[in-house]
Amino acid sequence: MIKLEDVTKKFMTKAALRNVDLELTKGKIVGLVGENGSGKSTTLKLIAGLTQPSKGSVTVNGIRTDHRIAQQVSYLSELDEYYGFYNVGKTIDFHASQFPDFNKEKAEEIRAFMKLDRNAKLKHLSKGNRGRLKIVLTLAREVPVILMDEPLSGLDPMVRDSIVKGLISFIDLENQIILITTHEIKEIEMILDEVIAIKDGDIIGHHNVEQLRSEQNLGIVEWMTKMYE
Amino acid sequence: MTNTFHSSQPIYSQLADRINKQILRGELKPGDKLPSVREMGIKASVNPNTVQRTYRELEGMNIVDTKRGQGTFVTEDQGILHEMRERLKQEEISKFVKGMHAMGYSDAEIQAGLQAFLQNNFGGASE
Repeated sequence: MIKLEDVTKKFMTKAALRNVDLELTKGKIVGLVGENGSGKSTTLKLIAGLTQPSKGSVTVNGIRTDHRIAQQVSYLSELDEYYGFYNVGKTIDFHASQFPDFNKEKAEEIRAFMKLDRNAKLKHLSKGNRGRLKIVLTLAREVPVILMDEPLSGLDPMVRDSIVKGLISFIDLENQIILITTHEIKEIEMILDEVIAIKDGDIIGHHNVEQLRSEQNLGIVEWMTKMYE
Repeated sequence: MTNTFHSSQPIYSQLADRINKQILRGELKPGDKLPSVREMGIKASVNPNTVQRTYRELEGMNIVDTKRGQGTFVTEDQGILHEMRERLKQEEISKFVKGMHAMGYSDAEIQAGLQAFLQNNFGGASE
């Protein structure tokens, strides 16, 4: 479904990713872990078609990614980039107007699950509720690929928990793949099928998480510490 | 249901253990329907794929039956449930005895100690 072949991405002279090969299939929740600046976000942006590789190819369902891949990819940015004067309902409606695959009923369901008020103005939302709204907008799209860049970052434990539960409730594992970058491994490790560790632009490990537990008796945090040594 | 899975052991088997114990305690009765894969995922905060694997594993042991289009049910076969009860008992005893042996206790000491413990009613406080 997602394929990176010999991908290198340079920013000026610095390589953010080096000769990366990666293949991901649908029906899974995959975690991309690594230090700041290791290349996690760059990987997501390449798959989302928001940036182009310096070398190699990135494909989603066989199609080389560029901005048009947005038809197949729902991307949750690390940034907050919504209109402060909109309220929650209008923001949802706006997104529905932008993406033909946006399922408004599902958006309503997730909004209710996240206990967001349709009439609340975005500029008055707490950081946690903005995080929740981003989840609504990202998961309401019926696309094969969902990319989430640090969906839990900087949010309090209650919010993180509601987001994790929201993911379990609303992703469609029969048809979708979810790729999540995160530092909050503890929160998310129970829902990951696979984990990929990335360091200085190299993929240094890619595992089935349950296999890691049964074969090496390692949780993701211990495994990552070992890989990073 | 609390969220205390060990991150370094397979979640699917920990979830299976948890369900087995619920059956042993009678919280889940023969013929009871288990939550759907997604419901269980939400309840236990684990990946639905993991729940699927747990259910498959329990099915393999005939502890649950999945009926197409209806869901997954605890078996009504008392023989199987009895067998599970015995097996889990043996497993727990074996773990305990190994631990005692590892600390250097003899079989006689273990037996005497266990008996005294149960008689003094320390064992009355169940989980």
